[in-house]
Amino acid sequence: MTQPAFSPWDDPAATPLIQFRNVTKRFGTFTAIEGLSLDIFEREFFALLGPSGCGKTTMMRMLAGFEDVTEGQILLNGQDIAPVPPNKRAVNMMFQSYALFPHLSVWDNIAFGLRRDRMRKDAVASRVDEMLRLTRLEKFANRKPHQISGGQRQRVALARSLAKAPKLLLLDEPLGALDKKLRQDTQFELMDIQETTGTTFVIVTHDQEEAMTVASRVAVMDEGKLMQVATPDQIYEAPNSVYVADFIGDVNIISGRASQSGDKVAIAWAEGEPQIQGTTSRQFAPGQTCHFAIRPEKVAISAQKPDAPNVLRGKVLDIAYLGNISTYHVELPTGTIIKAQTANTRRIARRSFTWEDPVWISFSDTAGVLLEH
Amino acid sequence: MKRFSWFNATSLTFGFAFLYLPMIILIIYSFNSSKLVTVWAGFSTRWYGELMQNEDMLDAAWATLKVAVFSSTLATILGTMAAYVLVRAGRFAGRTLFSGMIYAPLVMPEVITGLSLLLLFIGIGLDRGILTIVLAHTTFAMCYVSVVVSSRLTSFDRSLEEAALDLGCSPFEAFRLVTLPIIAPAVISGWLLAFTLSLDDLVIASFTTGPSATTLPIKIFSAVRLGVSPEINALSSIMIGLVTLGVISASLISKRAAVARAKDEQAAAGA
Ligand SMILES: Nc1ncnc2c1ncn2[C@@H]1O[C@H](COP(=O)(O)OP(=O)(O)OP(=O)(O)O)[C@@H](O)[C@H]1O
Ligand SMILES: [Mg+2]
Repeated sequence: MTQPAFSPWDDPAATPLIQFRNVTKRFGTFTAIEGLSLDIFEREFFALLGPSGCGKTTMMRMLAGFEDVTEGQILLNGQDIAPVPPNKRAVNMMFQSYALFPHLSVWDNIAFGLRRDRMRKDAVASRVDEMLRLTRLEKFANRKPHQISGGQRQRVALARSLAKAPKLLLLDEPLGALDKKLRQDTQFELMDIQETTGTTFVIVTHDQEEAMTVASRVAVMDEGKLMQVATPDQIYEAPNSVYVADFIGDVNIISGRASQSGDKVAIAWAEGEPQIQGTTSRQFAPGQTCHFAIRPEKVAISAQKPDAPNVLRGKVLDIAYLGNISTYHVELPTGTIIKAQTANTRRIARRSFTWEDPVWISFSDTAGVLLEH
Repeated sequence: MKRFSWFNATSLTFGFAFLYLPMIILIIYSFNSSKLVTVWAGFSTRWYGELMQNEDMLDAAWATLKVAVFSSTLATILGTMAAYVLVRAGRFAGRTLFSGMIYAPLVMPEVITGLSLLLLFIGIGLDRGILTIVLAHTTFAMCYVSVVVSSRLTSFDRSLEEAALDLGCSPFEAFRLVTLPIIAPAVISGWLLAFTLSLDDLVIASFTTGPSATTLPIKIFSAVRLGVSPEINALSSIMIGLVTLGVISASLISKRAAVARAKDEQAAAGA
């Protein structure tokens, strides 16, 4: 790469656009967000990922101004936003429920925010038409929201929030109802918009592939807390906990007792099985419980015993054929099931092993990560 | 399967006869050409014609209409505001008390409402006439409006208002541009309800009126004490017609809005 990578979060001199400072949000006695601190920088495409009910929408609503912060502060450009009402914030939000105005046509829905800015009529019209083209809704401009499909409605909501080109755009599951093709196209459109306008995006998604594709950084949440905030490849390659590893993508977890020498760790995980060799920068006390996490695609499967730091034998329990790749579920003698993934470079009829075949699985000593919890 | 048994048919006939026979007789006799109310002497629209010549009656009709329009409009504004606050304000101290107090006049005997208003107007030295009737009608019609509007508002999706705020509306603009157009059918049927209530109110109007203002119900009531005339029949028929029209349009409007809403919600759920 020739151009410097975009990573203001590593730059101590960079000032964040949004700062959550120890933010807690309670609904009555229920704590939805707990002591959360987070910096989001200008021009970021920040993705919030987490199970249903973990507080993603609540964070968005606090940013947009629909929920008060119970404790702590949210700063926008260094200013506490608590006293600023939602209509005075340079923030637009796309609602998870779309919240389209049922009495207005698609066109008027998109024009709504522009008109509030006292924009000139022809400027409004050209902006709305641009948004309609972007979301491929030109044909539906004159329909009411109840006369279009769910995916089309989602695109109207997206167009409406994009129209004002705000400084900060909050998208609460913007693409969930779209088919794969349209979703990918829209993802690239969003990234494009982001690049040309310099808008900062915060996006909630349930689709980790989407988060991986679009985000500059990903935050994984659980029960109102941030589990890890990092770039997509860090989250994927170096999760900081079993929770994150398990939440993002497929993973094999093998738990055992660690014995460390330097950055090499040997994990005793089952009687009669060879210890697993791993590499880590963390420190594990002798005998400490540790979890070895390894992605299926980093586990090789073969009929002959290979030469590798970690080799285990088992038999094929199940094969999930996914077209371009296959996932083999291999049962070890201990009953543990390890998933191994291979690219289907040959035709399916010619693969070298099938159900119940004895196989060897192997991986290098740097392929997995060692986690304390 | 027989849809109508004899029993059903008979009960239906008797029930409706009981409800509507008197009115039907009244309407029929309003077209009687004889001056004697109880003797049928052929069809004629003579009494409607005479009614149009009767200055007194026309004045009363005009006063009634003015009172009904002003009071129902005022009641609609106040009732909608009250409903909005009660539904939106969330929990505040004394909220239950407030909503109870808004609905209490619904069950209050009219005589008491009328009497207390009369005492108030005398107390503050307000001359009784059209203005006092308007105020009195506003007071009791406003509860009906707020019941109708608040039942619509409770099913109103709050996030629509939030979206409006998010797009730069002030709270008042959000109400005017988003909330009001969506709840308009409920507001209009509230207005029609208030209008009809004011049109046929006798008790409260009698308490709060003065020598300068007479509404139709008061006029009819006092005329009937001197004997029923065919002219009164004609007038009453017109009023029945007006009230029926008001009630039917109110229910049609809210029904059509409910159907449209069901369609919207179905569409939203299908998303
Ligand atoms: N107004 C409220 N009153 C009480 N509890 C609430 C309220 N709003 C949200 N919650 C609770 O706060 C928690 C977080 O809700 P939130 O809507 O932020 O979840 P989410 O992460 O967006 O979930 P999803 O992925 O399903 O949209 C949930 O347990 C929810 O029940
Ligand atoms: Mg949500």
